[in-house]
Amino acid sequence: MTPTDGAETRPARRFRVPTATAMLALFIIAPLVITGAVNLHQFRNAYRTKVSNELSVMIERHSLTVDAFINDRLSDIRVIAREHPLERLRQPEFLRLVLNLMREEYHGAFVDLGLVSSDGIQVAYAGPFNLHMAEYSAAPWFQEAMASENFVSDVFAGLRGSPHFIVATQRKVGDELYVVKATIDFEAFNALVENLRIGSTGFAFIINREGEFQTNPRFVVALNRPPWIDLLEGRVRSDRISVLDGEDVLGRKAIFTIAPLKQGQWFLCYQQETSDAFTELRRVQEFAAVVLIIVSLAAIFAGYLLSRSLAQRLADAYRDRRVMAHQVIETGRLASIGELAAGIAHEINNPVAIMVQEAGWIDDLLGEGDPCSGENLEEIMRAVTQIRTQGDRCKEITYKLLSFARKTDPTIREVELNDVVDEVIGLTSQKTRYANVSIETELNPHLPAIHASPSELQQVLLNLVNNAIDAIERPGGTVTVATKIVGDKVVLEVRDTGKGIPEANLGRIFDPFFTTKPVGQGTGLGLPICYGIVEKMGGRITVESEIEKGTTFTVFIPREAPEGDNVESETRGDRS
Amino acid sequence: MMEPSVLLVDDEVAFVETLVKRLKKRNLRVDFAHSGQAALDKLAASGPTKFDVVVLDVKMPQMDGLETLARIKEKHPLIEVIMLTGHATVESAIEGMKQGAYDYLMKPCEVDVLLTKLNRATEKKREHEEKILEARASLISLRRGD
Repeated sequence: MTPTDGAETRPARRFRVPTATAMLALFIIAPLVITGAVNLHQFRNAYRTKVSNELSVMIERHSLTVDAFINDRLSDIRVIAREHPLERLRQPEFLRLVLNLMREEYHGAFVDLGLVSSDGIQVAYAGPFNLHMAEYSAAPWFQEAMASENFVSDVFAGLRGSPHFIVATQRKVGDELYVVKATIDFEAFNALVENLRIGSTGFAFIINREGEFQTNPRFVVALNRPPWIDLLEGRVRSDRISVLDGEDVLGRKAIFTIAPLKQGQWFLCYQQETSDAFTELRRVQEFAAVVLIIVSLAAIFAGYLLSRSLAQRLADAYRDRRVMAHQVIETGRLASIGELAAGIAHEINNPVAIMVQEAGWIDDLLGEGDPCSGENLEEIMRAVTQIRTQGDRCKEITYKLLSFARKTDPTIREVELNDVVDEVIGLTSQKTRYANVSIETELNPHLPAIHASPSELQQVLLNLVNNAIDAIERPGGTVTVATKIVGDKVVLEVRDTGKGIPEANLGRIFDPFFTTKPVGQGTGLGLPICYGIVEKMGGRITVESEIEKGTTFTVFIPREAPEGDNVESETRGDRS
Repeated sequence: MMEPSVLLVDDEVAFVETLVKRLKKRNLRVDFAHSGQAALDKLAASGPTKFDVVVLDVKMPQMDGLETLARIKEKHPLIEVIMLTGHATVESAIEGMKQGAYDYLMKPCEVDVLLTKLNRATEKKREHEEKILEARASLISLRRGD
């Protein structure tokens, strides 16, 4: 009952653990990656919006602060210019007093204070430089200051040679126009912006429309590259805050925020490397990647375990099925032997009965007194010969039976089909004799040897011949067993002149346990087993039947044994 | 009592031959046939009284034991039949007894057992015959009005 080795490795060949593992892992990982990617993408978008909103808010706040600083200084100057009479303003001592007061109040933001007449002469001055009576008529800031009531200059070096900017306001006394001006310390102003730092790469600076730095940028800024060049050339809206993506001077991705200042004359610029601004996002990405890797590994491992146990179960199930199929065939074989047994018991009983009679006859003769008288001796010798003859007959019958009753051996070897036919017909001769059936053979003597299991082939033929004999009712008929060659197939044909199979039953005759014989006489397994065996050989079995005319079963067997059992035959064979 | 007169019917020639010899040795009147049809022919030729008992094999080619039994009983209802059977055909033997066979014997059989059954069957047959004779006699006396 051991299936061949090939049978055990076959399911493993069809079911590969690595492939199954990969498939299973893929089924787990793919949705994970897709949802992960979608989530991450959405998170990135949301996070970008959040970061750019935060930047906008922050820069706006600072731009307001810077604007407020400038406006406050302007207001200070305006108060001074309006509050005090011109005579006082003309006195440097008074200006010094006011300057000191303001420096105390505003932590040194003011550097100096001066009164400039309409012809550009600084008529009064208080401050660290010697700029009394300085000539400003040609200075751009002075011309601007004369043109508008209040004026805030860009940052420039001017006469003193250090960066500063000027806030100025007009003071009219009669027809005379004076300009009150104060210089704002660059450092104080610069600190306003320079302290605006976020992360390790974020920094801020102010430029004017001409691209001149109004504060010192902390890192190198190339104004001839986007987005600054776009800003200076008017391609960025200057009436609101813009958040732009681009690259910094070193080619790293950066995020730029630009806010207008001083009614759009200046711009508060903020630059930060994207990776720095999105640190949080990067952390989330890293976390997601780690989770994905861990889950993937777990999925692969689980997939491997699952496939391995699946493969094991598959192999077990396959082996069980093989064993089961084998058992069913074995059972069916025993059943067909059982059908034969009736005939064979009689076959054996006859010679045994003769032997018993002969022995009894010898007994009779010996009891007569003179066994050695010529006539008696002759009679005894004849009886002994008869006993020997009948004993030989018994031996022949038991040999025939034994040749079939051996366990089915599925080993495939070269078989002469005609020999199998002769054997089986010999085995059924008794049955045919009593059923008034004559068996005829039409054997092709040039039949090639086929590769099959002889005992299985024997079983197929015996089942078919038994069925054929059973199909024949009184007063008898003929069963013809024919072998021939059709194409590349060897064909075995069993024809009977019996009652035929009704149309309704034709479709069911290969179904297990379908039988038309009385209970206890047919197992319904003969034909299903034939079917299974023939399919396993790679052949097929067909049936034609006509009521009251007879039935023909035709078995097509390939000359060569099939390479491996195909799946269909497995399933079909399983049913028998 | 007169020894039984027996007709042996079996297709096994050797079996029949020896059994005939052994029964003859026991002073029985024995005849034989190798098929059901031959037996019927012999019975038809010999008339109803020649044979007391037919020993009939169940399993024979062409006409089997049961069919032969039916025909014998049809034509010669008084003749007793003993069925001879192999193991596998005991059912047939029982069926035969339902159809009027006197008894059955399983092959291989002891000749003494067969002899006993033959004697009993013969007795029964003769008893029947006597009863019939008596019945006829009484019928005749009835007519005569004694």
